[in-house]
Order: sequence, then structure tokens, then C-alpha cells
Amino acid sequence: MIPIEVTVNGRRHREHVEERLLLSDFLRHTLGLTGTHVGCEHGVCGACTVRLDGASVRSCLLLAVQVDGAELQTVEGLATSDGLNPLQQAFRTEHALQCGFCTPGILMAASDLLERTPAPTRREIVDLLSGHLCRCTGYAPIVEAIASVAAGEESR
Amino acid sequence: MKPAALAYARPGSVEEAVEALEHGGEDAKVLAGGQSLVPLLNMRFTRPSLLVDVNRVEELGALAEANGGVRAGAIVRQAAFEASPLVRSRVPLAAEALPHVGHFVTRNRGTVGGSIAHADASGELPLALVTLGGRIHVTGPGGRRELAADDFFVTHFTTALQPGELVVETIWPGAPPGSGSAFEELALRAGDYALSMAACVLRLEGGRVSDASIALGAVVDRPTRIGEAEALVRGNAVDAELAREAGARAAAATDPAGGLHASAGYLRHVTALLVGRALTRAWRNALEAPA
Repeated sequence: MIPIEVTVNGRRHREHVEERLLLSDFLRHTLGLTGTHVGCEHGVCGACTVRLDGASVRSCLLLAVQVDGAELQTVEGLATSDGLNPLQQAFRTEHALQCGFCTPGILMAASDLLERTPAPTRREIVDLLSGHLCRCTGYAPIVEAIASVAAGEESR
Repeated sequence: MKPAALAYARPGSVEEAVEALEHGGEDAKVLAGGQSLVPLLNMRFTRPSLLVDVNRVEELGALAEANGGVRAGAIVRQAAFEASPLVRSRVPLAAEALPHVGHFVTRNRGTVGGSIAHADASGELPLALVTLGGRIHVTGPGGRRELAADDFFVTHFTTALQPGELVVETIWPGAPPGSGSAFEELALRAGDYALSMAACVLRLEGGRVSDASIALGAVVDRPTRIGEAEALVRGNAVDAELAREAGARAAAATDPAGGLHASAGYLRHVTALLVGRALTRAWRNALEAPA
């Protein structure tokens, strides 16, 4: 077991982890943050995407020991005391989720895209979504929701 | 699934990494971005006794100009390489290939050196490096050595790296004046493994091709330059007929396996088209390039 210290959604955690523990399992089982979903567990489905020092990453492709000292954000960290953030609100407005399994990963990746590229093209949004599998196949409203935030329609 | 039990080392320097690999023995593995290695760990296709995590070896993170081109430390993230103005201006072929590498999210973590060391025959960066005539610096218990990219890639997932060696940096030659390049790929979806891909670099003198590099990936067992197509192009001006013929020769030089999504015949058909397109665009880019 190796001691690690990480900040998740602004809260600092000190834990001992086994070397082989995946970050996705650390978040879900050790910290109880089950908003991060685990689908394929080999980097294809995108459901487990979180932010690591700002960059969106697959939490199933990282070991927990690797994030020692880092700052993480999971889907639980998006909403504020005022309620849903603009991207989450846009998903609600556009009916951009059905079963909701893929939603946390898409929210985390899209947040990263929108910070780096405030006005992404539809092509860029679709390219981003190629890394996120939605088994309900409801991609069209997801594209609409991300595009609406990009266009500022959801800004408060 | 989850990785099998393993030991973990996090060296702070290349020297420490080499030491850790040496002590770890044959089963020790270098962990860079982990976008290919960790899936293999999760599925237990590989069970290294020791992972040597080089993500905090600062000296492997440099991205700098070198002789008109670019040198990239092994752990430079693919996303940083893609976004670098230096890479875009000096090595446009690599910049064009990068959006095809995995997904937006995996490029945030995946590294340039990791992609080279993994040596997937469907890898875009290995193909670009071979087409450009790039070089790879490796180090290990026997010291540092430098290999031509063409000598580095042996076959599927197999390189000239010796036990205990790791990739330190990759050298990407710059585009000389009067040259042009292009990268073409066909995949079922953005981010999927390519069915076929082609890359081309042309140098022009007096309105004709003075030097050509044409290479294929995915339909071959390693990034492979196609001498038959290069010889056809050299000394000529590229038109639709020449592009078609070069594509046909390149495709004829391959023996793809074919599979569920594409027959061998279809893969050769696509390969011919991709080579023709890459050649045509490289020619146009070269004509527009400042001499």
C-alpha cells in the first residue's frame, strides 16, 4: 500500500492505496464518488472521464498512485450551490440524456473542450463525442446541448 | 477487469528509470501515458512485475526546436504536441496526423514517446516519423544510442529496443523549403484504428519532384516506405494519372489480412486511393510552399 494525497472537487483526501488500484475504482469505492461511471474499463467508452489538473482523462487508464499530489474534478464537482452549471443545465434543457450512464464522462470532456475552445465547431463537438459511447444513441441532443453553451445561449 | 498485482516505481530522472528497469528484470515495463498499456493491464494481456512510471521525469518533457525541426521528449503529451505552434510550422505532417490519434481525451494523457515505443502498426505517429526520416534516442544499461525510425520499428508491437532500454526523445525533421507533405487515413469512426493510412513528403526542384517519401501504415506490419511508388514519382510532375499509378503500385506492394469490416481487396483499393490523395495534396502543398 502506498500513501497518496489528492484534492478532489476542492476537498483534500489522504488514503493508502494498492499499487494496482485504478483511479476510477479509487474514486468510486475508496471515496464513494459514484458519479464517475465505469463502462468498458479499457479507455473506449469514455464514461469514466474526469479532470486531472484541468485536463480531461480516462480514470480507468490511470492508477490511483499516479495522481498523488494532483487536483481532480469529477462530475460531482460541476454543480455549485446555485444549482446546475450552464453545461448541465443545457443537457437538461435539450433532453441530452436518456439513461444517463454516459453523461458524467461527456460533461467532463465537454467542459475541457469548452474551456480550451470556447466556440467549437460542430465538427469538433462530434469528434469529441466519438470518444464517448452512448448506448441510447441520443447523440443529436448532446451535440445541441454543447453547441448551445458554446453559443452562449445558456449563459446566466 | 483489473490489473494483476504489480510493483510501482516513480523515478525522478532518466538515470533512476534505467536503474529501476534494470532491477525490475525482463518483466518490468515503462509506464508513460498508459493509453495503450493500461488497457492491456486491465485485460491482463500483460502482467508486468514492475511498472516504471516516467511521468514525473522532467527531463523527458521538453519540446524544442532542433535543426529546423522539432525534438520531443518522450513524455510530451500528444495534445501538447498537436497544439504546439512549433510543430505546426516545422512539422506539418505530424500536426496533420495527430487529430487521428485516439480521441480528444486520450491525447491529453497519451505521449509521443509512448506511441513510438508501443509500435502499433496502425499508429499515426510511427508512420509520420518514418515518412519524415526521423530519429529516436534511446537509453539503457548500455548507454545512450540513436536509431533511424526506419530501423526502430521491427513488426507489430516490436521495436529495436533492447531489454532495459527506454525511449528518451524523438527527432522530427523540419520541412525544407520547397517541400510539401500530406497525411490520409480511413477509419470507420473518428478515433478508431485506421483501416489504412498513407503519408507523403515531397521535395520539388524546377517544378519536378526531386525527392519523395511515401509510406503506409495499418495494412502493413510496421510503418513501411514504398520504394516502388517513390521511384515512380521522382523526376516527375504529379498529375492525376501519376497519383493513380503510384497508388496502384503502393497497394500492390501490400498483403493486408482483411477482416470483419474490410476484405483484403477493399483494403488494397482504399490504400491506392489514400496514397493518390496524399501524393496529390503533398504536391499542391509543395507548390504553395515558400521556395
